[in-house]
Amino acid sequence: METNLFRYIWRHTRKEQLWILAVVLLSMPVYFLSLDLPKRIVNSPIQGDGFVTPGATQPFLKFSLALPEVLGGISYTFPGFDLERLPYLVALSLAFLALVCVNGLFKFYINTYKGRLGERMLRRLRYELVDRLLRFPYGHFRRVRAPEIATMVKDEVEPLGGFIGDAYVSPVFLGGQALTAMGFILLQSYALGMIAGGIVLVQAVLIPKLRRRLLELGRERQLTARDLAGRVGEIVDSIADVRTNDTSNYERAGISSRLSRIFFIRYEFYQRKFFVKFLNNFLAQVTPFLFYLVGGYFAIRGSLDIGQLVAVIAAYKDLPSPIKELIDWDQRRLDVEIKYTQVVEQFAPEGMMDSALQAPGTKPVGRIDGPVEVESVTMMDDTGGKLVEDASFVLSPGEHVATVGEPNSGAEAIAEALIRLHPPTSGRIRINNTDLSEVSEALTGQRIAYVSGEPTLQNVTLTDCVLYGLKRAPGQNGNTPELPAIEILEARASGNPLPIIDADWIDYDAAGVSGPTELKVKLQDILRLVELDSDVFDLGLRSRLDLERHADWSEKILEARVAMRKRIDSPDLGHLIEAFNPETYNDQMTVAGNLIFGRARNPAYESQQAPENSFVRSLLRDTKLDERLFAMGRRIAETMVELFADLEPSNPFLEQLTFMTPDELPTYRGRLARDASQSFDTANDDEKAAFLRLALTYIEPQHRLNLLDNDFRQALLDARKTVFETLPDHDPDAVWFYNPETYNPGATLQDNILFGRLTYGVADGPEKLRIVFRELLNELDMNSLVFDAGLEFTVGTGGRRLTGSQRQKVGLARALIKRPDILVVNRGLSALSARSQTKIMKRVLKEGTGDGDRASFATYWVLMNTKNAIVFDRVLVFESGRLVEDGTPQDLLNRTSRFANLIS
Amino acid sequence: MNSIQDEVATLRRIPLFANVDPAKLKLLAFTSQRIAFDANQDLFKQGDDGEDAFVIIDGEADVIVNGESGEIVVTSLKKNALVGEIGILCDTPRTATVRATTKLIALRIMKDQLLNMIREFPDLSIEMMRVLATRLTDTTAELTEARSKQN
Repeated sequence: METNLFRYIWRHTRKEQLWILAVVLLSMPVYFLSLDLPKRIVNSPIQGDGFVTPGATQPFLKFSLALPEVLGGISYTFPGFDLERLPYLVALSLAFLALVCVNGLFKFYINTYKGRLGERMLRRLRYELVDRLLRFPYGHFRRVRAPEIATMVKDEVEPLGGFIGDAYVSPVFLGGQALTAMGFILLQSYALGMIAGGIVLVQAVLIPKLRRRLLELGRERQLTARDLAGRVGEIVDSIADVRTNDTSNYERAGISSRLSRIFFIRYEFYQRKFFVKFLNNFLAQVTPFLFYLVGGYFAIRGSLDIGQLVAVIAAYKDLPSPIKELIDWDQRRLDVEIKYTQVVEQFAPEGMMDSALQAPGTKPVGRIDGPVEVESVTMMDDTGGKLVEDASFVLSPGEHVATVGEPNSGAEAIAEALIRLHPPTSGRIRINNTDLSEVSEALTGQRIAYVSGEPTLQNVTLTDCVLYGLKRAPGQNGNTPELPAIEILEARASGNPLPIIDADWIDYDAAGVSGPTELKVKLQDILRLVELDSDVFDLGLRSRLDLERHADWSEKILEARVAMRKRIDSPDLGHLIEAFNPETYNDQMTVAGNLIFGRARNPAYESQQAPENSFVRSLLRDTKLDERLFAMGRRIAETMVELFADLEPSNPFLEQLTFMTPDELPTYRGRLARDASQSFDTANDDEKAAFLRLALTYIEPQHRLNLLDNDFRQALLDARKTVFETLPDHDPDAVWFYNPETYNPGATLQDNILFGRLTYGVADGPEKLRIVFRELLNELDMNSLVFDAGLEFTVGTGGRRLTGSQRQKVGLARALIKRPDILVVNRGLSALSARSQTKIMKRVLKEGTGDGDRASFATYWVLMNTKNAIVFDRVLVFESGRLVEDGTPQDLLNRTSRFANLIS
Repeated sequence: MNSIQDEVATLRRIPLFANVDPAKLKLLAFTSQRIAFDANQDLFKQGDDGEDAFVIIDGEADVIVNGESGEIVVTSLKKNALVGEIGILCDTPRTATVRATTKLIALRIMKDQLLNMIREFPDLSIEMMRVLATRLTDTTAELTEARSKQN
């Protein structure tokens, strides 16, 4: 990558820079005229020059063009319009206004153009950085911190965007302005011009000297900020370790000391920066002082007319600003040059992959139909420790090879070498008779599949996770989205590929299917093979649907809700569920849940939060329910104190105390005792809140204190009605109410169908319900809907919303769906139970033998469980980095071998 | 009404709890779960681990043992019966299956709670010994009868 910023900019924006320069130069005469005109206005129409005699006129817009002698010396003079004094004033003033407008338009055009230029270059630079990142050698990633890289791409190059448009234009434009102003001043008065020039010279010499330290600080500021980003990222990644080791304070101190360094660097930076500014301003103000003094002196002496002095001062008013901006420009130049150099250095590690290896292929890559030859491969880690020594073997097409041995005795390193994750230190690996390091990534990426124990999943849907390996080129299904012409133009202008991420990237051929419909079937097959199907089903039940994408689903779900209702209402099921009915009190819910009858969108409306919720409190006050609930809360507290207050703290009965913690019992006893009159009116706020809280969490069939009679229930229902009527106006985003007629977006798919609460105290209730529910889904043919919903589950950052074994299964599914020629499994199912591992492994091997339209694939399987090796075609035994045995399992078992020892 | 007060009344009618402080019975009732069983539903199965005992508040149940020739109904239980306490005391698997013959409501008492009650009320343990001893006597008598029939 180009290390010099200016050469980089010049190379990519030469034409644009020249064009903008031309425009700037074109704007110069206009600018000069706008400086000159005020003098003419003052001197001629106002002071009367050339209007000495009444009725005298002056020519307006008189100009002459002349070719030099060599070109024939033709000249043309436009005589202009003769105008009297007042019309002349008007004409000149209007001309001035026109000039101002033209000047402004020039500026507008130039700034917009520069802005676009800068943004294009910024886009190009960022793209190039990420492009290089994608080609870093793997080893380099062990040494870099992800957030630092992200900061570089996102933040550190940001100022470059603003600067690139100014890189060449500004110095020319501002320099031109400054020179014009200077030239003008010099023309008017040589002495004043020299004064102004002298002071500019002082600035030009002094400022860079003062700035040297600033540059150094700028560099440190950048490095420390980057380090901070890296550290914060590390804390996030290792949060579990921080918490489990009680090192949060150590981390706090670490952050504080970094912030301290940054603070002092920045503080010194500002001190120096503003000192330089101060000096600049001072020097700029000295000049007018000299002008007034010296210019005034000349004017009094009569060697400078007043119009000239006014013009000089006007011109000077315009001089400091270009000079100052020029100095600012230079400051920014240095700043971004440092940033650029610092970033580019980080993006040029040794051993980057040749971009040709990743070039998008135009034709499908062939198969790997020959053997994989591993010849005398030795591998070392980055400290020089030997991982594998002199290993040689051949993996024939379709052959299933298992490796056994202690962890990290060489088999894993070979697995990483086979997929080019870690290049051999010596020796070589050949596929299709080519050295592995020379084949394109299209071949290795499409024809070799790798399953590690820690597959990295992006935060996308489960489907996208599994199909990730098929996303090879856009428009596979013949439907490339139409891009607006401007997007294509801009992408080209920035050297970016076309922004077509929304296209269908799936390579259906690779998966052996004709299109999306078949792919879905295939996906289900593979998920079943890796035993992820029931997980997906459960995820589907627990998912909250995006109904904007599946409007047709809600109807089906509501239908299921009605069917479910019928079923559980039948007496033989013992009323398993008490359905959500807006008109009736639901005994299986808390009092608060009955008031806010819905799913909270805003956490403040969760039923546990109800006692603090201001809406609920004012509702209770208005309906006088608070007094009744207060009395009810007192009754609960009395019972709890009576039952539990005298128990030893270790008494297991205390575990059944759900209304409060055992520690709170004495407090409640105190509250009860303080107010013997039991009157709501005399209770203080704390008591009201405490007793209300108890009442609001009360569930009659669970607590069985006989505190809710039908009259009370009706009062609560009336209050619910008020909630329905007033809450949406109070806060439209508070709650999704339980409405039997509509899908509740806050509830899971399962809860939307059940649409009620499990009744307390039904023996084996959950189990019965599960059976009924599954039967219902089968009958209504909704299993595929639930499965599809599960496939749309978003897996979370790094797949953290899945369990370890689910992640590994996704990793395996991802490898299988692309139908590789070689499958490398590197302890890829380690999180599964031994039984599942064996079952899934056998199925994968069966898949790999190929039959009918299914192609066979070779496997290199680093086994966890040695016993499984006997079902493979061949076994490689590794010991301390050496390949010590190689043969069919039967051969090895028939003689005294290490393998036979390991098995027995 | 399915309130704790009724449950306490039921508990008091059980000989085992007759002498226990009513306040403690109320505690026992509150911390226990009230469960509804359908007819033919098992309260627990022979061979399962015993984690709880049941007091039948309403309904009837059979005690069934799996013999060689199939299930044998050993005895029937009525309202106010306590069942399942042996598993709790001895940490042995359930010695029999208890199956509701009608719709049945029971109070489920967890192991820890019952043990704790026994520890706190020595009278309860004496009462329990008496109940168990009676049952042992009955069983011995039945065994003798069965043996003599065999011979």
